[in-house]
Amino acid sequence: MKRLALGNEAVARGLYEAGVRVVSSYPGTPSTEITEYAAKYDEIYCEWAPNEKVALEVTAGASFAGARAFCAMKHVGLNVAADPLFTLSYTGVNGGLVIAVADDPGMHSSQNEQDSRHYARAAKVPMLEPADSAECKEFVKLAYEISEKFDTPVILRLSTRISHSQGIIEEGERADVPLKDYSKDAAKYVMMPNFARPRHVKVEERQKALQKEAESISINTVEINDTKIGVITSGTGYVYAREALGDKASYLKLGMVYPLPAELIKEFAKKVEKLYVIEELDDFIEMQCRAMGLDVVGKDVFPLVGEYSPEMIAEKIFGEKVEVMRFEEDVPPRPPVLCPGCPHRGVFYVFNKLRLTVSGDIGCYTLGALSPLNAMDTCLCMGASVSGLHGINKARGEMQKKAVAVIGDSTFIHSGITGLINIAYNRSNSVVIILDNRITGMTGHQQNPTTGYTLKGEPTAEVNLEALCHACGIDRVRVIDPADMKEVETVLREELEADGPSVIIARRPCALLKYVKSKPPLRINDKCTRCKMCMRIGCPAISIKDGKIVIDPAICVGCDLCVQMCRFDAIESTAGEGGIDG
Amino acid sequence: MVKTILIVGVGGQGSLLASRLLGNVLLRQGFDVKVNEVHGMSQRGGSVVTVVRFGEKVYSPVAEKGSADYILSFESLEAARWLPYLKEGGVIISNTQKIDPMPVIVGAAKYPENIGEKIYVLGADIVEVNALDLAVKAGNKRAVNVVLLGVLARRAPFGKEVWIDAIRETVPERFLEVNLMAFELGYSYSV
Repeated sequence: MKRLALGNEAVARGLYEAGVRVVSSYPGTPSTEITEYAAKYDEIYCEWAPNEKVALEVTAGASFAGARAFCAMKHVGLNVAADPLFTLSYTGVNGGLVIAVADDPGMHSSQNEQDSRHYARAAKVPMLEPADSAECKEFVKLAYEISEKFDTPVILRLSTRISHSQGIIEEGERADVPLKDYSKDAAKYVMMPNFARPRHVKVEERQKALQKEAESISINTVEINDTKIGVITSGTGYVYAREALGDKASYLKLGMVYPLPAELIKEFAKKVEKLYVIEELDDFIEMQCRAMGLDVVGKDVFPLVGEYSPEMIAEKIFGEKVEVMRFEEDVPPRPPVLCPGCPHRGVFYVFNKLRLTVSGDIGCYTLGALSPLNAMDTCLCMGASVSGLHGINKARGEMQKKAVAVIGDSTFIHSGITGLINIAYNRSNSVVIILDNRITGMTGHQQNPTTGYTLKGEPTAEVNLEALCHACGIDRVRVIDPADMKEVETVLREELEADGPSVIIARRPCALLKYVKSKPPLRINDKCTRCKMCMRIGCPAISIKDGKIVIDPAICVGCDLCVQMCRFDAIESTAGEGGIDG
Repeated sequence: MVKTILIVGVGGQGSLLASRLLGNVLLRQGFDVKVNEVHGMSQRGGSVVTVVRFGEKVYSPVAEKGSADYILSFESLEAARWLPYLKEGGVIISNTQKIDPMPVIVGAAKYPENIGEKIYVLGADIVEVNALDLAVKAGNKRAVNVVLLGVLARRAPFGKEVWIDAIRETVPERFLEVNLMAFELGYSYSV
């Protein structure tokens, strides 16, 4: 049956059809939905791991034990999982092992724009890159064949536009892939110097074999049209170039982006007059072409930064510019904001009010950095809020009374715990706020070890954050309700003054969770003096219309924060009046 | 010949459901279809765009400027923002609802007035509809997406049934009645 499927959904279908048994991942845009869709198949064991390193190690174990295994992450997640990856390259696999890594050109939802292809080269593992949903599914199946044939983990490289675009797929049957036998083989799986040295030799031999395979592999395809222009490309680069140039160019589309087929590339180069390499982000293919002695046009014309598009490619190659209609006034930007009713909002308002230095982290709450809250000073990577605050406080002792770290529940479990142990162990008077909204929010509501539920929604052990912080060596652990801004302020002041490190757990479920019932919308009454205090919390439901402050009943969830801001009793509930929901 | 429809709005307005419905309708007509969605941070109340492209063979899931046959805008300002994507002779179907972005709320920017009129003066074909009113009439303020899809459906050459079938397949049972009503109100809307 033909149907539309997201690239990520198609990857999951590929896992099912390839007979995969074990999936372990940590959510990260744009990779998250792969694991969510995989979890819909009862035949596949699927879990959310605390972080990408754990996830990859789980799948390594499953592979050693003989199962086809899979792990998905976003590009920066591979930094976390890099440690097992590099040595997995040495051990190789038993059951096939595929790692999907999704890059984010344009940084739709990421803190950097790194190019994961460098990992394939650095770790010496093959990498495949699909260009649409149908390829996502087929490449996954091929990746398992390569993994088992060449005894190597295989990376499937995705990017935002491939992961989050729907295209047509045709479903196939699940292959019957039995568990492979497990037998103890220390020389292959125990990577200590004596055993690892011969494995490195095997890795280099495998590299050569894979290079040879790349020359004839079905997913590296040549399409000869007009030969004035030749394009070497892959993934998003291919779909944009194909759209922009059509039959006016010939294409070498690389389905396998590492290792590259040198002979195939040289042969293609001979057939065309001018050779372009079109690849988003770094000059990964281009550099290797140049090393082959080929004269190619690449990053001297196309940018290293941001997303590509068909119009950009047409403009660079043909000098064509599209005439477009433009709105004649400035269109104000619409950056993302904390949702109405978000439990993080009040905490960030208090940070701002107390003029604190805020060591921030990765999650919805990073939006607390934006106006009017403006309450974040740094945001580097998962967990860096906690460890970074310790560094701030060690460098500038006087800041201990004015600086805090803020981190979400899932991010804390991912990599905040070790930073907290460091605070206790190396004694800084740091104050860490854990925003426990009972879910992994930004990536779209994934369960995590603090929520008490598994990926499949089954009840399970729940990390007790209070006990965990105590066990790390933190004596002062307090739990507050972030909906009460007075309490937030009082407790923050107390803990900043206190001797010794402390953790404040601000606990309230995400306003978008289904079980959180919104209250009737609020309304401004005629006591309003237009002092605009209520607008300082940056709620998207409150705005000024014709000089009057108004609350949009279509988006207000009655959370009450603005009522706490108002000194004139000018905000009231519309409870019992029917309302917009009818 | 590839055709392009942009669905633009504010994160949380239901553009994903609209694009999936539209994608399914087009698939049933035998087209190759690509639908590009937005997930993650930009979804949180930010400006979001979903692209639906269909034809005999579609490569790129993203739209070029000047290429959209239709822009379905869930919010007035977003129609202005995405106007450069409209093709000559293309049509904008825009909800008249206004949602102030944060720079307007904090007073750093001004929400332009009479956006629909100004777009019309530029020479674009624009259909304005108070979809929030119709959604509330249908029984749920969140059905703005399906109201607008109804307005679009009226202009598509596929007949009404295929849309209704797609709604029945895509929308959960308990929201079905509201969405069918919302579709009907959009479909029968006339300027």
